[in-house]
Amino acid sequence: MTLALQLAIIVGYLVLALAIGLVAYRVADRTAEDFYLASRTFGTIVLLFTTFATLLSAFTFFAGPNIAYQQGPEWVLVMGLMDGIIFAILWYVIGYKQWLLGQNHGYVTLGEMLGDRFGATWFRGLVAGISLVWLFPYVMLQQVGAGTALTALTGGAIPYWAGAGLITVFMILYVVLAGMRGIAWTDTLQGAFMLVITWVALLWLLAVVGGPTSATAALEAEAAQHLALGSDYYTPQWMLSTAITIGFGVAMFPQVNQRFFAAGSRTVLKRSFALWPILCVLLFVPSFMIGAWARGLDVTIPEGGNVLPIVLAEYTPVWFAALVIAGAMAAMMSSSDSMLLSGSSYFTRDLYRPVLEYRSDIQSISAQREDFVARVGVVVFATASFLVSLVNPATLFELGDAAFSEFAQLALPVLVALYWRRTTRAGMTAGILASQLFYLASLFTAIVPSSYAGWTAGIVGMGLGLVGTVGVSLVTTPAADEERALYFDGLRAD
Amino acid sequence: MRHLQLVGWLAVAVVLCALAIPWFLWDDARTVAGIPLWLWWHIGWMGLASVVFWLFSRRAWGLGIEPNGTTQTGNVTSGTGTGTDTDTGGDQP
Repeated sequence: MTLALQLAIIVGYLVLALAIGLVAYRVADRTAEDFYLASRTFGTIVLLFTTFATLLSAFTFFAGPNIAYQQGPEWVLVMGLMDGIIFAILWYVIGYKQWLLGQNHGYVTLGEMLGDRFGATWFRGLVAGISLVWLFPYVMLQQVGAGTALTALTGGAIPYWAGAGLITVFMILYVVLAGMRGIAWTDTLQGAFMLVITWVALLWLLAVVGGPTSATAALEAEAAQHLALGSDYYTPQWMLSTAITIGFGVAMFPQVNQRFFAAGSRTVLKRSFALWPILCVLLFVPSFMIGAWARGLDVTIPEGGNVLPIVLAEYTPVWFAALVIAGAMAAMMSSSDSMLLSGSSYFTRDLYRPVLEYRSDIQSISAQREDFVARVGVVVFATASFLVSLVNPATLFELGDAAFSEFAQLALPVLVALYWRRTTRAGMTAGILASQLFYLASLFTAIVPSSYAGWTAGIVGMGLGLVGTVGVSLVTTPAADEERALYFDGLRAD
Repeated sequence: MRHLQLVGWLAVAVVLCALAIPWFLWDDARTVAGIPLWLWWHIGWMGLASVVFWLFSRRAWGLGIEPNGTTQTGNVTSGTGTGTDTDTGGDQP
């Protein structure tokens, strides 16, 4: 009963998503700008929810509540600070400026924007290349996650390769068809669905156990230390390091960064900016408190099991628990499809097209042709990450897990470039390479430690990137083809 | 004047970040209506952040980014030919 119901709900979701994709395909122009950015037309609700759903992966439903169960609910504070405040501020500081530049110059990717300012196609390729190196294992992790979930759900009836393969084929079909517009529409539905379902789950649980006061009393009897703010796990250094690196990392993640270009108007950006903290607190408080309160309830969580589905299975009807699992699967897929699309755009626009233009002396490729290449790019990217996931490479898993901190290393050099005219190409290259190499070394070698008096290597690397960019810019002169005024004078509102 | 405004808003941003986690309630385990006091603080703080962001978007949007800072008049010219009026528009959900 449960299995059939869960499968029916998941298949139902896939069919609904495909239908939305078809509608999006029908209204779309056949241009790369439409495919990648929905021709920069998003309204407030769509932009807010597509960014929200893209940002939240299975973490909100699985790993997050698990940590709250084991260590206490302080993660809510970290999530609120990183997503609700730091990312919201970057939404203005990086996002609004990027949006203006995109409106003025037609940029679609971060690499394109930086390559133009610093006058070098190779620099554009460097930014895209670094982003793709980190994005690839992260997409792979999502495929692995969805494949494993399907296998677990069917009790092994669907083997891992078939589950992950099925998800990959579906994602390719969907992304190639729907493009950014279709993805954003399903994200909007999904974001609203996640919000509602999490609140219903919390209220349901509280109604059964007798309200928050008795739930907290039970938690106090089981693990009183979870109610006090802070612990050996949640130290101030760790909370701040995590919130800062992930908050900045999110802004550089291709699928989030690209959404800065897609807003329909300034008003859309303003409204989403103000609504952001409320949206975060509305989702994180219920999902993490379910995890925290579960500790005091009479449920056994097996080693490696996920708290949320087990608690819901115990306290709510079967159909409801199944709906939440479907929501979590959908959350995983909504992040993956956006990443796939952004990965393809970085690849075709910043690596493939410049090489083609250089080799064949063509000044520009037609919009239709680029649109076609973009869709082929999605197929190549998804197939490659699926095939690699079958080999189970440990190094790539480690890279995927660290993706947010890796992207955070790009943030400060980009910020400096956006706001300081004196920034030079040499400074940017030095800052980016130094912080990337430092962080990589902290992951894979013993020479560079991963903790500095409680602060993480991710945040130390960010500091290194900042110092490198500013320091080298100060002692170098700009190359002749750099356009130093591009990010400043071009923004006059006339 | 613009400079003062910029410094002021920067200070507001720093305070918003600094107190999203109530450090002064460290180790405090008091609860109100079954919810830890520090979580109540955080919920209230996020509400406050929303109001502050809304005020910023009304009064100072463009600060530090656009030369004049005022966004109520004039549109950004579109280099892509996609949409000309940038203050309104966008797909409806």
